[in-house]
Amino acid sequence: MQAFSYVSARTLSEAADILAREGDQAKCLSGGTDLIVFLREGRRSAKVVVDVKGIPELNQLGYSPKEGLTIGAAVPLHRIYNDAHVIEHYPGLIDAATLIGGIAIQGRATLGGNVCTASPAGDSIPILIAYETTCIVASRNVTKAIPLEKFFVGPGRTVLQPGELLVALKLPPPKPNSGAAYLRFIPRNEMDIAVTSAGAMVVLDEDKRRFVGARLALGAVAPTPLFVPEAGAALTGQPVSDEAIEAAARAAQAAARPITDMRGSAEQRKHLSYVMTKRALLRAIERARGG
Amino acid sequence: MSNKVLVTATINDEERSFVCEPRQSLLEVLRDVLHLTGAKEGCNNGNCGACAVIMNGVLVNSCLVLGVEANGAAITTIEGITPKEGLHPLQQKFLEDAALQCGICTPGFIVAAKALLDKNPNPTEQEVRYWLAGNLCRCTGYDKIVRAVLDAAATLRAEKQAA
Repeated sequence: MQAFSYVSARTLSEAADILAREGDQAKCLSGGTDLIVFLREGRRSAKVVVDVKGIPELNQLGYSPKEGLTIGAAVPLHRIYNDAHVIEHYPGLIDAATLIGGIAIQGRATLGGNVCTASPAGDSIPILIAYETTCIVASRNVTKAIPLEKFFVGPGRTVLQPGELLVALKLPPPKPNSGAAYLRFIPRNEMDIAVTSAGAMVVLDEDKRRFVGARLALGAVAPTPLFVPEAGAALTGQPVSDEAIEAAARAAQAAARPITDMRGSAEQRKHLSYVMTKRALLRAIERARGG
Repeated sequence: MSNKVLVTATINDEERSFVCEPRQSLLEVLRDVLHLTGAKEGCNNGNCGACAVIMNGVLVNSCLVLGVEANGAAITTIEGITPKEGLHPLQQKFLEDAALQCGICTPGFIVAAKALLDKNPNPTEQEVRYWLAGNLCRCTGYDKIVRAVLDAAATLRAEKQAA
């Protein structure tokens, strides 16, 4: 592996100073399950690796009914899916966090890392977009909030500028009568990269018969994780019915612009966008109705 | 930029200090610096689990940890699971149930299974299979491995009850 120096940052300002000084030759290390492989394979280069796991803001995992859920960018998956608040209020996130890698990967890998690696197939991203996640980004002088669906610019590329780091992900509190789910299609049972995936969140009315709102995002069908507002629009105000779900699934299929690669053809992914949207919506509706 | 760093960690219940470069993985440090060669290098990218160790109570792949990250950590390797005399029930059952052929994946499987049984002394077959999905074996197939883990779990429960 290429040589680099290592700093275990204790405060946000210490990390921000190093990032400001070294620019893109400083890389943040949280779980390392992507970064260490990228450095070893020469896909990324670094003069300094800044370990951000010791920074309190990046290690927080907290929920309140008013503020919702805050997940520090360096919190590993096993802490997230064992958290009682996440289990109770964000089951769609459990869907994603429990299928990223195996147990040893989940002991280290983080949602912050999954977001910053910015794979179009990143398993946590569609459901985080569906949950209306905001990225808290800091640099030496500024802290800003960026909606997750605006965070990605291409495969492996985000809006983060040299000197900036992702501090935390903020999910609003779940709305009454809402439900969410994440599903992916893979040719095996477990331990694979999505051919196509869908994350859905629905909000129903009090009788749970009509959609008050919905958010849908797809994975692995575009250069970035893909937010599909047209699918939400197709559902909003409609009765919970096969017709409305069909319309949303067709909207998702129309929005998908996949490529053909070793995991699947563009045509298959187009079809899967329709199928996975339908299935994720049905599961989300079931959860909204208490199932 | 690649100055060596002094790291102190508790490895298999013993405080150890070592010097390593930041670019060295924990796996390289264990094998090449501390001469604990039980953890194996299989894929070196987090797919195969042959290098599994328990770090602060959490199962990790040591090829995906930097040696410098171990500073202040408690690490258990396959060497730390093996008793001074005889074998750990997991090791014993792997032998009795013929759960290995070439043996390269075995330390990783046993460390991973230990981490499971520490949390869940009575796992179902499905729970064992799910937990071990990050460990690859290219010789035996997995049935005998899963059986060995379930048998070891039964032995450990019986030992605990007798104690």
